Amino acid sequence: MSTQSAYNYKVVRQFTIMTVIWGIVGMLVGVIIAAQLVWPSLNFDIPWLTYSRLRPLHTNAVIFAFGGSALFATSYYVVQRTCQTRLFGGGLAAFTFWGWQLIIVLAAITLPLGYTSGKEYAELEWPIDILIAVVWVAYAVVFFGTIVMRKTPHIYVANWFYGAFILTVAVLHIVNSAALPVGMLKSYSAYPGTMDAMVQWWYGHNAVGFFLTAGFLGIMYYFVPKQAGRPVYSYRLSVVHFWALISVYMWAGPHHLQYTALPDWAQSLGMIFSLILLAPSWGGMINGIMTLSGAWHKLRTDPILKFLIVSLSFYGMSTFEGPMMSIKTVNALSHYTDWTIGHVHGGALGWVAMVTIGAVYALLPKLFGRDEMHSVKLIDTHFWIATIGVVLYIASMWIAGVMQGLMWRAVNDDGTLTYSFVESLEEMYPYLTVRLLGGLLFFIGMLLMAYNVWKTIAAGKAVDDTVPASA
Amino acid sequence: MDIHDVQGIFTGVLMIVFLGIVWWAYSKKTQKRFNEAANLPFADEANDRQTREKEADK
Repeated sequence: MSTQSAYNYKVVRQFTIMTVIWGIVGMLVGVIIAAQLVWPSLNFDIPWLTYSRLRPLHTNAVIFAFGGSALFATSYYVVQRTCQTRLFGGGLAAFTFWGWQLIIVLAAITLPLGYTSGKEYAELEWPIDILIAVVWVAYAVVFFGTIVMRKTPHIYVANWFYGAFILTVAVLHIVNSAALPVGMLKSYSAYPGTMDAMVQWWYGHNAVGFFLTAGFLGIMYYFVPKQAGRPVYSYRLSVVHFWALISVYMWAGPHHLQYTALPDWAQSLGMIFSLILLAPSWGGMINGIMTLSGAWHKLRTDPILKFLIVSLSFYGMSTFEGPMMSIKTVNALSHYTDWTIGHVHGGALGWVAMVTIGAVYALLPKLFGRDEMHSVKLIDTHFWIATIGVVLYIASMWIAGVMQGLMWRAVNDDGTLTYSFVESLEEMYPYLTVRLLGGLLFFIGMLLMAYNVWKTIAAGKAVDDTVPASA
Repeated sequence: MDIHDVQGIFTGVLMIVFLGIVWWAYSKKTQKRFNEAANLPFADEANDRQTREKEADK
């Protein structure tokens, strides 16, 4: 055969660039709403700019636009490379790109206008939900089609994690979005009362477990070994890690509903499964970090590895913190406070964003025929700004959250509350300000990244590696 | 036998399945294929070098 076929890098390039762009957009909205909490007048009395409408825009943008694009980009790259075959369904892959971008734009229009189904992380109204389901099925066809067409005898473990993420998110999205439409932009959930809450947090927690964990573990299992130049620490552990993680995550959702109308046994079940979850989570973290065993010196010189390994450290921290917060007595203090926000961002900024940033820095030069990014030194600067930003963010939220919890529960001898709500709010100002500073630093890091990406692309040209001839 | 017995038995079965997976993953016979699979991220690197050299020649 004279002309070998090439990998489909075009769709990978598109999603990779959009990862950086949506990351900047989503984090900018985050910085704006963090500033609104310090200076409430920043909504300028314009309904579209109120905190209540921008907050879902922020969460949707960072999770589904930034995180989603990163997952599409890396899964399409990793599945081709480790299956040694061109991506299945070229036109369908292009459809997933344009479809996903359309969904993001529709979200960015409808959420500020106030159209919402009121379900956290599933706010979009039913026509957009249907579009998501269609694009997601196309994604599954492209991904699993590529697995079926593979030229390698084995399915690499990263693809197992990506595959579980794609399948589970399809089920979660379709079940949780079931609703009765009463107009083009208004619908009511198909489930009543407490059941609706339970379905919502079964969805919500597994969006964390499969979208923000399994998917990004797929990134970890390819890019950490690749960047370290050695296979994963224990492939056996990775197999056990996979089955344990996907079996246990599914049952932890009720911990979002401790001390609510949910039956007590379901709350306890959620707590127990959350505690068990510590084991597979740390198994994965240890497997990733120990991949560097014997090559620790690389951390000194390679800022991409710093991003990847520190992301795993934050993953270990938040997967310890999560089970701890699910314990009912701890939850009685932490629930509804800023501690939860700190926990989420330890995972979202420390783990999800940092593993994504590391992977993009590793991936981008390969897509544009370069050996490395335009400036490796700038990656190092980005790493330190981002790390300091995360630490400021989560430390301030821990203090704020514990203080809120203690002030809200304090009672006088006669049983009256010691503090009014507004007194606890006043105490929050310094911490909300430090949080804004931490978020701003992380955002500035993303701007450095955009500059570095821009210069790398400008001096390179789009190159598609050839698929190895089958032996 | 009521529902609680069924739940207890089911939990036991799942525990055995999990231990089975661990036993299988750590058994001798998976060693070779797991080693091959673990090296898949590096399996096509030589091919990339050829592509780059061809690009450079153009």
